Amino acid sequence: MLPALIAIVRREMLLALRRRSDAMTSLFFFVVVVSLFPLGIGPEPDVLRRIGPGVLWVAALLSTLLGLHRLFADDYADGTLEQLALSPTPFSWLVSGKILAHWTVTGLPLVLLAPLLGLQFDLDGRALGLLAFSLLLGTPLLSLIGAIGAALTLGLRGGGALLALLVLPLYVPTLIFGTGAVAAQAAGLDYSSHLALLGAMLALASFLSPLATTSAVRIALE
Amino acid sequence: MNTPTTRWTRYASPATFYPLAGRLIRVFSWLAVIFCAAGLWVGFFVAPPDVQQGEGYRIIFLHVPASWMSMFIYLVMAFWSAICLGFNTRLSGMMAAALAPTGALFTALALITGSLWGEPMWGTWWVWDARLTSELILLFLYLGVMALRSAIDDPRRADRASSVLALVGVVNIPIIYFSVQWWNTLHQGASISFRHAPSMAMTMFAGILLMSVAAWMYAIAVALARVRTIILEREGHAEWVAQLEEITA
Repeated sequence: MLPALIAIVRREMLLALRRRSDAMTSLFFFVVVVSLFPLGIGPEPDVLRRIGPGVLWVAALLSTLLGLHRLFADDYADGTLEQLALSPTPFSWLVSGKILAHWTVTGLPLVLLAPLLGLQFDLDGRALGLLAFSLLLGTPLLSLIGAIGAALTLGLRGGGALLALLVLPLYVPTLIFGTGAVAAQAAGLDYSSHLALLGAMLALASFLSPLATTSAVRIALE
Repeated sequence: MNTPTTRWTRYASPATFYPLAGRLIRVFSWLAVIFCAAGLWVGFFVAPPDVQQGEGYRIIFLHVPASWMSMFIYLVMAFWSAICLGFNTRLSGMMAAALAPTGALFTALALITGSLWGEPMWGTWWVWDARLTSELILLFLYLGVMALRSAIDDPRRADRASSVLALVGVVNIPIIYFSVQWWNTLHQGASISFRHAPSMAMTMFAGILLMSVAAWMYAIAVALARVRTIILEREGHAEWVAQLEEITA
């Protein structure tokens, strides 16, 4: 089973490398959205330090959403998805591989870039590290939950806006615990509970989300 | 043939359920009217004014039942969604479809009555409190299910896709509820407590209970009425629909 997973992750990465602009667009979107906030709210360091983690998290949420519909759309259009569904390897295993690749292409760059952007919000070193770590736990969760929405809206008209409506409410817990960890640290409180809950949700979603995504894709393929 | 199981499962067929629903609507509508009248009477005339809130608290008789129903209907909708996915029955998908608008209505009603109540009592229409926020997200979940359903033309696919979404949402509801609660308590002290004074008069409680039963009966009646129209819409090509009295007449 592992070779199949590696093969599909490699395939997705290769596709992403060949079409670099897709991943770059959502990364660039992330940077632009984050930079808009100091312009809109004002450059006072105190305010920026308070809103920084939230702004970065919301921007991460939105930029994940941006490329989400492409997770299955191309494979659905050219029939690859159908072939994957017919393969002897469990379909949810292959779907997990696709989600993993999606996170590596869109989520991981956000995690790596976040500390740099956090500097613009005058966050100190510990807050930056914690922010990056909370994003490291949270962005895979965003990809996992988003995959369900992407599968449900497969081939529908007005897919993009609908996808946002379906997925954003489900993103709320991730957002709350992700920003909660950084806020708790800033207030001098214990933040490990937030990270533990984020990790628990990640564990739960890594099991449940591929199953839900698979059944949603099968419904679309019927 | 007429085992206890088949006696009930035959109502999974739209053709047998349609007339049954017609009879049930009448029963539940009357129950809703009676309980609503009793509840309003208790609420307006029997229940004493609140010590702190005076007469203004009486919106509770609409607010609390609406909030309860908003959550309960989601669970019922998720239940029918699970049946729809598990047994692939047509009627359960239609039931889930019929429940969503009523659930969304009660959620919106809970939010509106809540803010109407909040304005005079706390001096604000809205606070980012745990309950309010999770109720708002519940409304978004309902709207998401309805939007997804209306975006899909094929009714069977619409049933199954929105069933998956409803079940994903039901997994999320406890998570959302607790996350919002913890998020709120960590950020600010509990400035406003939703807990009522422990000395809630018995008549107030009776009024809330009566209104809740009324809301429940109303929800059943409306969902059944809606499911009947959905049946007619989807089964319009069927022989039995063409022979219905209301169609031939």
